[in-house]
Amino acid sequence: MITIEVLLARVPDLPLQDLERWISNDWVRPDGRAGDYAFGEIDVARVQLIQELRDRLEINETALPVVLLLLDQLYDLRRRLRNLREQAEATNS
Amino acid sequence: MDDPYKTLGVPKAASQDDIRRAYRKLAKKHHPDLNPGNAKAEEVFKGVTAANDLLSDPERRARFDRGEIAASGQEQAPRSSYRDYAEGEAGQRYSHGGGGAQGWDTDDFADIFGSAFGGGRGRASDRPRRGQDEHYALTTQFLGAINGATQRLTLPDGRTLNAKIPPATADGQVLRLRGQGSPGWNGGAAGDALIEIHVAPHPFFTRHGQDVRMELPITVSEAVLGGPVEAPTPSGVVKVRIPPGSDSGSELRLRGRGVPEHNGTPAGDLYAALRVVIGPPDDALKTFLEGWKPEHPVNPRQSMEPRP
Repeated sequence: MITIEVLLARVPDLPLQDLERWISNDWVRPDGRAGDYAFGEIDVARVQLIQELRDRLEINETALPVVLLLLDQLYDLRRRLRNLREQAEATNS
Repeated sequence: MDDPYKTLGVPKAASQDDIRRAYRKLAKKHHPDLNPGNAKAEEVFKGVTAANDLLSDPERRARFDRGEIAASGQEQAPRSSYRDYAEGEAGQRYSHGGGGAQGWDTDDFADIFGSAFGGGRGRASDRPRRGQDEHYALTTQFLGAINGATQRLTLPDGRTLNAKIPPATADGQVLRLRGQGSPGWNGGAAGDALIEIHVAPHPFFTRHGQDVRMELPITVSEAVLGGPVEAPTPSGVVKVRIPPGSDSGSELRLRGRGVPEHNGTPAGDLYAALRVVIGPPDDALKTFLEGWKPEHPVNPRQSMEPRP
């Protein structure tokens, strides 16, 4: 489990307000509630990705929800495809 | 690394803005998290990022243009990648529609596709996979970084690592501890721990490349008469001979007393800038100076006077 302090320490140059806004936008979905969030490794990686898209690639926060929506659907499909393949292999073996 | 200008597709005379624009365009296209499963995109992305890191810093770019540094920079701490998590079960968290919207049953697939796929294909999920590299930062004392030290690092998961900091470690250097990252899957090797070292400042030593600088306070009589004094160095106290008639600001060089020799780089020097300290009021000194007629009177502010 990763607390908000540890997350901020691992993601340099990320203001707390930005992270809080991303959480309230539902772009980042930690467990727990405000004041006692618990992040997983995937959340840290996602926060780093959002920061990189915004700051390095200059995809502003108006455009970001569209990018994240498409990205989430892409990974959904890839995850399903992977499950499907495993299912198929399990059936065959 | 190849020519960073070629990698970004910009002419050598490109402005910083052109470089930024070219990087952004290529990075958007090849970002690995936007191209999961495409190893080539990742390679290209690494190349353009390294090229941009070099060229976006005007000082490093100028040094590269003059041929002072090669294109391959220091080892970059690679960041953990979203795609590694998003495709696994953890990715359910960000499933489109919010959380575990499944709406499908794996058994259905088994029925439908039960015989659709031929056997004998390699099973990707069973292949050994190397664990992820993990990134940490560690602040170390100035002298520990110069002389080498072993420092204990407590990880967020409660494990502790002993990080061996080699002598002459510079601020920002990345240590790689093999096999101390995340465990591998299916018998794959563990990832590495990458530790970025930050060197805390020292009260009186500062590092300049291989050399170390400090200010060495001396008394009036040591300045005028000269003589041996004890001076601290990064490797311990040494006796230093102050030449008679030394002035504030004159610099002594202690050869080989800077950053120690490492990987074929010879040891640096320690530069001690003298600073004369008058000390508390002293009647004898005062009386002496009142009656003192200098042999060669000097005006130390002569060079500051306006010239006609």
